Amino acid sequence: MSSPRDVVITGIGLVSSLGEGPDAHWQKLAQPGLQPVLEAARFAPYTIHPLPEIDWNLQIAKRGDQRQMETWQRLGTYSAGLALDDAGIKGNDELCATMDMVVAAGGGERDEAVDAAILAASESRNDRDVLLNEKLTTELRPTLFLAQLSNLLAGNISIVHKVTGSSRTFMGEEGAGVAAVETAAARIRSGQSTHVLVGGAFQTEHSDMLLGYELAGYLHRGAWKPVWQRQGAEGGGVVTGSGGAFLVLEQREHAESRGRKIYAELGHIVSGRARRRLGELDAEIASLLSQAASPDGELLAISGASGAHAATAAEKATFDAHPAIAARAFSTLTGHMKEAQFPFAVALAALAVDRKAAYPAFDATVEKPFVGVPRSVLATAIGYHQFEGMGLVKAA
Amino acid sequence: MANLNDHMGRPIVAVTGIGVVTSLGVGKADNWAALTSGKSGIHPITRFPVDHLNTRISGMVDFLPSSSQGSSHLTYELAETAAREAVAEAGLESADFGGPLFLASPPVELDWADRFSLYNSDKQDAGAERLLRVARALKELDIFETTQFGSIADRLADRFGTRGLPITLSTACASGATAIQLGVEAIRRGECDKALSIGADGSATAEALIRFSLLSALSTHNDIPEKASKPFSKDRDGFVLAEGSGALVLESLEAALARGATILGIMRGCGEKADDFHRTRSKPDGSPAIAAVRAALADAGLGEDEIDYVNAHGTSTPENDKMEHLSLSTVFGERIGSMPISSNKSMIGHTLSAAGAVEAAFSLMTMRESVIPPTINYDNPDPAIVLDVVPNKKRNAEVGTVLSNSFGFGGQNTCLVMAREPV
Repeated sequence: MSSPRDVVITGIGLVSSLGEGPDAHWQKLAQPGLQPVLEAARFAPYTIHPLPEIDWNLQIAKRGDQRQMETWQRLGTYSAGLALDDAGIKGNDELCATMDMVVAAGGGERDEAVDAAILAASESRNDRDVLLNEKLTTELRPTLFLAQLSNLLAGNISIVHKVTGSSRTFMGEEGAGVAAVETAAARIRSGQSTHVLVGGAFQTEHSDMLLGYELAGYLHRGAWKPVWQRQGAEGGGVVTGSGGAFLVLEQREHAESRGRKIYAELGHIVSGRARRRLGELDAEIASLLSQAASPDGELLAISGASGAHAATAAEKATFDAHPAIAARAFSTLTGHMKEAQFPFAVALAALAVDRKAAYPAFDATVEKPFVGVPRSVLATAIGYHQFEGMGLVKAA
Repeated sequence: MANLNDHMGRPIVAVTGIGVVTSLGVGKADNWAALTSGKSGIHPITRFPVDHLNTRISGMVDFLPSSSQGSSHLTYELAETAAREAVAEAGLESADFGGPLFLASPPVELDWADRFSLYNSDKQDAGAERLLRVARALKELDIFETTQFGSIADRLADRFGTRGLPITLSTACASGATAIQLGVEAIRRGECDKALSIGADGSATAEALIRFSLLSALSTHNDIPEKASKPFSKDRDGFVLAEGSGALVLESLEAALARGATILGIMRGCGEKADDFHRTRSKPDGSPAIAAVRAALADAGLGEDEIDYVNAHGTSTPENDKMEHLSLSTVFGERIGSMPISSNKSMIGHTLSAAGAVEAAFSLMTMRESVIPPTINYDNPDPAIVLDVVPNKKRNAEVGTVLSNSFGFGGQNTCLVMAREPV
């Protein structure tokens, strides 16, 4: 039974190495045997999925605004613009001014050249704290700070796209993306919001962004492999990608009253924090699955699996225990996009529901075929290190 | 029988536990004694050398075991210390809180001390390549965890037994208020009957100081540190970077009364509005801040004439104090000249991600104690800002309702309305 306060998806903004926009992603991902776009040399021994060519002017009209951001914020602002356009909200002052926003964010790019110079000088200096003051006070670009602040992705979305109802930034890797979608949906269901912009972006083409994984040895090294096939390979299993995913979530009644196309309905989002050191992850994933969906019927699952060995094995074991689940781990083709991972999964799930077709296997040696029309599709994000979430996306 | 729902039929949200740490000390008692005697916690920086720095003072918390252990460890300890006080006061089980956690904390980065030590652990290759190679050989997760945005909340969730996926958030200098707002909203939606909201910030590193300095945001009145933060004064020249934490146990009034808890105050309303004008400056007409104040009043179901006291954002920057005056005088009209409005930051500096939570804690104490903490260093009033800032000395006053403002970079404006009594 549909209700006027259902949460529906009316806008999707996607960017990844595969291209930009929902249509481009659908067309690519619907091709059986699609090969990923890889960059293996620039950050060797790590492979990444790079950004496609983007004309920032299409979503960030002012050069001055572009200059105030580094790539991460541009990517997020651009992806958000795609979603707003898709929902017919961009440029509508009234809808933008009353639109709430929850952004899942990490931090922006540091100045690699300044950092490298400080590190190089540190080899011959014992007064490293003084060295730091000396270099940072003279070499940092003043406005770079604003390109690094987590909440300034949302700030730039407000400035560029005029979304000003409210602005909140959640931090905490994949969990931030889960909580952002969960909170946005809860606001709509309770009548606090009529329409919310929610999503995130990740720019992996920067050494610090790789370091954030590699301090715990999470990155896969050596030849590229699909997400499910990295156990036992050199490194920790994660191959990252640059990308962004934003959704416009809307109250059903609000979307219908302005005659918008509805991709899909968003069911309840469930989230958790397994104490993994105590071995709780397997049970947590099983519990989330049983809360989010009826896993014994035929089910397409858009998995945000990162490739990180322990978390990915646990997720795979849960799916394997339910023979009717056909998983599609999109990071095989896009790379892991951290904060954007869950919004991306929800977006791909909504596309499948809307197009009334499943994606072919992204890794045909592991993923099962799915025959028929997916009426509801599961989206998952099991954090590479911590936090878990799932949600069911249903035919509108 | 108390009314358990508010004017919009939502559960009333009570505060049953408060905790606070600032440069003035650990805990409510020490902080309140210092705050009401007009004492400043601003002091010369000793944590790192100040060579080449234009600003050499701060309100850092230098007296905790983690004070020299880097941002992540100090932020955790600040959050844990304030939350421990709040949970104990609420009379709840300290390791089995049983409600969600909302943590406002600064964005994390690999500390320079760790960057230097990783880099200098060998001499092969250079730059980022060396850091990455050394990083993947580490056997311990300690450094890794300081770079994960969710790790502090994860540790706090373990420590206090909070429920579910903890939310870590940043709305810049409004973060602490947003953490409280998220807790209030979760209770109002019926998702939980209690929530732990914390704002904590232990990120006053040399790099943080330099970044704010480069944006000309900080006071350079180094000579007499305790006089540097002077909100609403003519010669104010920037904020003073500071650390601290505030924690509130929020509960539905119904649940709090049912278990016989002491009600310390009521979270009446929250309001927010984003600014689309500029990354660091407010729209010249103040309309977003005005809208945030009005949204908070509407959410609280209170009129402009029903606010007894304003706990100002009052950072002591030329821009903030001017714009805050503009927005308050627009909302409150002529009454603004006679409403008490004071800035805790005159004594504790700007605790950034913690500020909204620290100042909510002090706002609740203001009502409970019937004492308004002063705005100190008010020796040279700005003639363009005519406000009753409770200058230099505390004031005894019955305060039934407080508006607490938080404004931040990135167009963040969040206001909280608190009340002493449920109705």
